[in-house]
Amino acid sequence: MKYLLPIVLTATTAPALAQHHHKASAHAEPTDAAAQKRAQDPHAGHDMRQRPLSQPTDKHAGHTPTNGAPSAHQGHEPGVPDPPIAGPSATAFSGPIHAADAIFGAQAMAPARDTVRREHGAITSGTILIDQFEAVIGKGQNGYAWNAQAWYGGDIDRLWLKTEGEGRFGESPETAEIQALWSRAINPWFNLQAGVRHDFRPVPHRTYATLGLQGLAPYWFEVDSALFLSNKGDLTARLELEYDQRLTQKLIVQPEVELNLAAQNVPELGIGSGLSTAELGLRLRYHFVPEFAPYVGVKYERAFGDTADFRRVQGDKTSGWNFLIGIRSWL
Amino acid sequence: MTYRIERRSLLRAGAFGVASFGVTSLFPAWAHSGSPGLKPARTHPPLSGEDIHLTIANTDFTVGGRTGHAVTMNGVLPAPLIRLREGQNVRLHVENTLDEDSSIHWHGLIVPFEMDGVPGISFPGIKPHSTFVYEFPVRQSGTYWYHSHSGLQEQQGHYGPIVIDPADPDPVAYDREHVIVLSDWTFLHPHHLVTKLKAEGGYFNRQKQALFGMMRSGPEESMSASERAMWGQMRMDPTDIADVTSATYTYLINGHGPKENWTGLFRAGERVRLRFINAATMTIFNIRIPGLPMTVVSADGQNVRPVTVDEFQIGNAETYDVIINPMVDQAFTLVAESIDRSGMARATLAPRLGMTAPVPALRPRPTLNMKDMGMGGMEHGGHAGVHSTSHGAAIKAGGDHAMAGMKMRDKSKVPDSVKVGVGVDAIAMMPVDRTGDPGLGLEDVGHTVLTYRDLMALTPNPDGRPPTRTVEVHLTGNMERFMWSFDGEKFSEGVEPIRFERNERARVVLVNDTMMTHPIHLHGHFFEVVNGHTGSYPRKHTVNVLPGGKVSFDLTADAPGDWAFHCHLLLHMHAGMFRVVTVRPLDGDGA
Repeated sequence: MKYLLPIVLTATTAPALAQHHHKASAHAEPTDAAAQKRAQDPHAGHDMRQRPLSQPTDKHAGHTPTNGAPSAHQGHEPGVPDPPIAGPSATAFSGPIHAADAIFGAQAMAPARDTVRREHGAITSGTILIDQFEAVIGKGQNGYAWNAQAWYGGDIDRLWLKTEGEGRFGESPETAEIQALWSRAINPWFNLQAGVRHDFRPVPHRTYATLGLQGLAPYWFEVDSALFLSNKGDLTARLELEYDQRLTQKLIVQPEVELNLAAQNVPELGIGSGLSTAELGLRLRYHFVPEFAPYVGVKYERAFGDTADFRRVQGDKTSGWNFLIGIRSWL
Repeated sequence: MTYRIERRSLLRAGAFGVASFGVTSLFPAWAHSGSPGLKPARTHPPLSGEDIHLTIANTDFTVGGRTGHAVTMNGVLPAPLIRLREGQNVRLHVENTLDEDSSIHWHGLIVPFEMDGVPGISFPGIKPHSTFVYEFPVRQSGTYWYHSHSGLQEQQGHYGPIVIDPADPDPVAYDREHVIVLSDWTFLHPHHLVTKLKAEGGYFNRQKQALFGMMRSGPEESMSASERAMWGQMRMDPTDIADVTSATYTYLINGHGPKENWTGLFRAGERVRLRFINAATMTIFNIRIPGLPMTVVSADGQNVRPVTVDEFQIGNAETYDVIINPMVDQAFTLVAESIDRSGMARATLAPRLGMTAPVPALRPRPTLNMKDMGMGGMEHGGHAGVHSTSHGAAIKAGGDHAMAGMKMRDKSKVPDSVKVGVGVDAIAMMPVDRTGDPGLGLEDVGHTVLTYRDLMALTPNPDGRPPTRTVEVHLTGNMERFMWSFDGEKFSEGVEPIRFERNERARVVLVNDTMMTHPIHLHGHFFEVVNGHTGSYPRKHTVNVLPGGKVSFDLTADAPGDWAFHCHLLLHMHAGMFRVVTVRPLDGDGA
């Protein structure tokens, strides 16, 4: 039976297998000669249509050996069973390390070998993302805000820069910070980031040692979290969560949460201990191209606890809504 | 019959092309639209004979009315057809006029390793403004191709077809033949593609799931809320079918975009041999000619028992020869849809130039399922008692079951040789042999689609020895970071070669832990794809491994030397999915 099937197949496939000596050169443009030749061909006009051999011809066909232990070999292919997994023989290690050295010389091959290694995995790249660059429109308090980052490096280690800040139109920023971080991938989705943060505003300036975790959490939440230890010994923390919900391929609504926390009061900066401020944002952006997406949005910000008290003392509001118009862009 | 290049006939051919069809000399004659097919040497000479000259240069390339920068050979894209005869010797003089290194790899040709053309492995590469002479005996026949193995030049147009006529009478009968070179063209610099993908793995995917689409519940959104949640929980995108899409690509047939509509001629009643070559950088194609069944007679240049299908999927670097037999005096559209169905290459086969046939609309984008996730084994292992009549239902049942205790990155499922680190975002829980599957999105298209199990070598496999050991190689990746590797390690990390003893018979099991299809290519050898037809396995140089699936091939390591082994999605290779395979001892090493 095992041998019968191929024979039957060969017989039924005769038309396309017809042993008619073909030379590419023998057939020129469409001519009547070609048609005549075809007419003489006993197989001409045969219906070549046939069933594909979707069934294996092997006698083990369809067998699905299952063994108790889960392994990569479950759901086995039909045919000759896999021999045991084994390493190469000692003979496979014989001879020169690099075969081409004997022909072209080790000197010629060495730089090429270095290139081929680098060109297959050692990619360095970078990007600049202006996540938020927006006008903040509130009750008589119109202003601006930005949040941007850039990185450069390989798959694992990267230099990562971040900056954010805000202010009122016509005035210098109320807050402005920049972070320079070394970023190291610690799992498929998250990077551990360590470095420094310097706040140019508010005054007095602060410099912080920074340790953070940035990445992609389950269900596609973008997470950016960090601890900051200031040069005055104050410990604060920030947690940002973003989620992109596509409405269409180009229209995307992005909810965002930002929480700021502090381990102690920092009165000169208006920071109270515990949960100091929280911000909820919702931005609706349109991707003209992925690299350029204007948006409109709203955000609600609120100060808590002592932070709220500090603000009241200053005569500032402790919570409020703002409308946003901005641009998200990257390259 | 020998082909000789004569300057005069070359000139005449050029003049003929221009005068007849009014097209520029940017295409070789066979790739001109309205081509009557591969022609005798006198009017349309391919490059033939014992000495062949190729010049690699920067050239302009125009498609869709726009002109960009290309790297070409002899000024044409695709490069000239090289037509050889089995048993001859050939010397290929390759001049590199670029300011950077270049190379040519003869894809699928069995050559001494030092002629294989991979810089840093088989030779030092072709330095700028220098010439390298390849010389080797032609030991085979069939449809092959050639391309750069340097940098990302292949993406820029550095590829062309090879046809080798058999020494013995061809078992395939045909009246006419056309070469169909499929490729993908972008006006972006290839490094720019890489930068975008590193910044955002899904950058070129403009067919993601979206809320409005879900509410309309079109075929592309057919996924339950719980399944959506599961994919989201894993941080995997079930719409991630192709990394680079029609968002930047124009898909080409013989260098022509869909609008240019390359047309190949035939005469009703003729048997026409179409030699398909997927020379694309990042595109797997689904090929069909509505109204015309195709009889596959050769895969990767090796004859197979004829099998007639309506459609087939062709991975990067694979070649398929099919016979079509149009009996009517009408045009047919040749459709080469990208695997993600974001676009298509389109050509026309017609009795006369200017005739066209309807161009079918793109079909809905496929959506990855549990099997693609590597849970195909659930059908068998987890639900031994369940015999569902519906394939999909069984998979779904398995999926729901799996969701409870799902561990999508269970290190116990892979051997210790796999480094499960940043570069591995998933491990297939229960990978299954998918050689019986037609390819992503082709399970349910309502007509016959080729699978690897349909392929049987025309002649018995040359080495009947059973394999003595198994080598398991895991295809691994991180979609978000665009990292790709074998066994979790990029080639740049200084990995060990995969070693074989000369003439040993081994089985290589490729396990795809990722959710993409990878066309895996081994240089210097043909291997037998284990597909159930023991003794008549199809012999290939490149094999598609479906997501969450696996493919086994038996290899006789009969080619001493160092060989490249890699994913033929160029940017996956560039990202690290590459290894050296060594075969020892070399000639003269004793033993």
